[in-house]
Amino acid sequence: MEKKKTFVEDIERTLYDIKNEDYAVYKTQQGLTEKIIRDISREKHDPEWMLAFRLKALDVYNHTPMPTWGPDLSELNMDEIVTYVKPKGTMTGNWKEVPTEIKETFDRLGIPAAEKTSLAGVGAQYDSEVVYHSIKEDLVKQGVVYTDMESALIEHEDLVKEYFMKLVPPKDHKFVALHGAVWSGGSFVYVPEGVHVDIPLQSYFRLNSPGAGQFEHTLIILEKNSSLHFIEGCSAPKYNVTNLHAGCVELYVKEGARLRYSTIENWSRNMMNLNTKRALVEKDGIIEWVSGSFGSHISMLYPCSILHGEHARCEFTGVTFAARGQHLDTGATVIHAAPYTSSNISTRSISKDGGIVVYRGAVKVTPNAHHVKSSVNCESLMLDDESRSDTLPVMDIMGDEVDIGHEAKIGRISDEAIFYLMSRGISEDEAKAMIVRGFVEPIAKELPLEYAVEMNNLVNIELEGTMG
Amino acid sequence: MAEKLLDISNLHAGVEGKEILKGLDLTMNKGEVHVILGPNGSGKSTLMNIIMGHPKYEITSGSLLFEGRDLAELKTFERARAGIFLSFQTPEEIPGITVENMLRTAKKAVSDENIKIFAFQKKLKAMMQELKMKPEYAQRYMNVGFSGGEKKRNEILQLLMLDPKLALLDETDSGLDVDAVQIVSAGVKKFHTAENSCLIITHNTRILEQLAIDKVHVLMDGKIVEEGGAELIDEINKKGFTHLLDTDARGRGNCETCEIACPCPAK
Repeated sequence: MEKKKTFVEDIERTLYDIKNEDYAVYKTQQGLTEKIIRDISREKHDPEWMLAFRLKALDVYNHTPMPTWGPDLSELNMDEIVTYVKPKGTMTGNWKEVPTEIKETFDRLGIPAAEKTSLAGVGAQYDSEVVYHSIKEDLVKQGVVYTDMESALIEHEDLVKEYFMKLVPPKDHKFVALHGAVWSGGSFVYVPEGVHVDIPLQSYFRLNSPGAGQFEHTLIILEKNSSLHFIEGCSAPKYNVTNLHAGCVELYVKEGARLRYSTIENWSRNMMNLNTKRALVEKDGIIEWVSGSFGSHISMLYPCSILHGEHARCEFTGVTFAARGQHLDTGATVIHAAPYTSSNISTRSISKDGGIVVYRGAVKVTPNAHHVKSSVNCESLMLDDESRSDTLPVMDIMGDEVDIGHEAKIGRISDEAIFYLMSRGISEDEAKAMIVRGFVEPIAKELPLEYAVEMNNLVNIELEGTMG
Repeated sequence: MAEKLLDISNLHAGVEGKEILKGLDLTMNKGEVHVILGPNGSGKSTLMNIIMGHPKYEITSGSLLFEGRDLAELKTFERARAGIFLSFQTPEEIPGITVENMLRTAKKAVSDENIKIFAFQKKLKAMMQELKMKPEYAQRYMNVGFSGGEKKRNEILQLLMLDPKLALLDETDSGLDVDAVQIVSAGVKKFHTAENSCLIITHNTRILEQLAIDKVHVLMDGKIVEEGGAELIDEINKKGFTHLLDTDARGRGNCETCEIACPCPAK
């Protein structure tokens, strides 16, 4: 008899797991002290105010307790994390100048190829520093800025000073405080009033060094009636020691502007991904989040949208996939702080082989906000009995005339649905795969094309033929 | 001589240890239309599910042959590929899979040939038009948000597209208005040829009006208790099922499980 089994594959990780030797030219000591912060700041040639900012954040970090409400973070020992790793070479706008081994890494990930075909600009960060940044000439002519945070700090110091960590202040929680103290790298985007960036910009963050932390800062400012699609990709090879990612993303969407922020996070399974993302959306502005969480050992990620002006809108589309050894605690937060604001949150999660996925989200409506509309739809699919799935939505409604809908579904693949498809001649394996693909389809179609392909490959069928 | 299509002999089957079919015999030939009538709970849907191979049901004894092949040996999708189709009483909703995509996958599976996409789409469009389905439904997710009538029409669409040898129609007409029954009935009529056969469960004889019925079986408490031609339908419409039982049974009054005066040995 031929034995067959349906198998939903893990993400193919071989590509991401190729490690380069650690060629870092400068690394801080492990752990966190004032001396380390001063060293990082000196190494990065910070202006004086930034050093002061870092030291203040360090103080907040030291006085803030670890969060106790989410996944267990006890494996994280900050004394063992290297907070700053400077790769070989300096930031360049010329791909040829990127050091060979770093170039090979990004070549394998398809970053320069994507730049040629489908992107208007590319940034690549390797460990703590951005090694490459480029943007199409016509966008520069229209006043669009797309550069690494370090260059922005020199070339656009006033803008950075005005916006940097104003939306996500260090006192918010322990890991943003840490971020404020040791941040390095990340992208800065500025789109002037009325400018539409039609082709996406993409920044790719790669963490190669074992036992290191990556703390990139992404700051995007969209002036009135402008638009942008920004794609963020993350990956790392797997090591036996814990790596930490505590990035911070601040998005300012001004009146009538529209930002789509897509993330595909594919960290290795030794990564603690404790990331903070927030958008401030003014009148008639739109923030669209597309978020794919596939990697990491532990993730805590709850992108927040503050709808600050009338008729501001948030669309959140997320997919989370947890396999063995993964605990992914993700969701979305929306604060309706103005009348006539609306939000639409739609997520799908899949867990298998003992993976744990939790949807943790919040919708808040402030007392002054009336005629608010919000719809939350979270669905989870567990592929076996070992896996776990939870939904923890919070609704905090202070305003009047509010229309809020919440729908959560947690389930397994329905035997009746399998039978239905099989009664049409479709094999059991294919029926299951179709159901899983169908489950994530509404999300997959929102992903940038190359990621959507990866996502579809995720649900593969393996036929195991054995004799006997 | 007529070719035997379905041959069920002394079939005992049930679910979770509870026997529902208690020695059922039924044969039908290629190209015929058979109707099964019977009160609620008599085992009609169970029979359909067993022929299709629903994993929940178990055959304990007896035989179930399709074109001489033992169906017990075949999995559901293999039965479908052998030429059996079940029109579900409550069709499943499958999010994320469009009607067209599902049908193309299924057609490829049952016909073992490469589907020519334009020819397929053309045929799909024509069939949908006949069933008065809006063309945009081809791109909608399988039965998601469909009304009861739309789901049933979608079943008939699949029947016509997959073109099996035997169609099992499990109350395909239930919950439909007069016009919808007409459409579904015309669809079944279109499907029925000298090569294609139908086994129909119904409570509503309107769906049968356009069809030439070869045989009617009356199923009560897991057994065929009466067989006859189309005239049996009128008889039951007038007199109900109870009069078909032997006098002994009638004398014993209603059975607790079947809620009629059945010949149930449990009584």
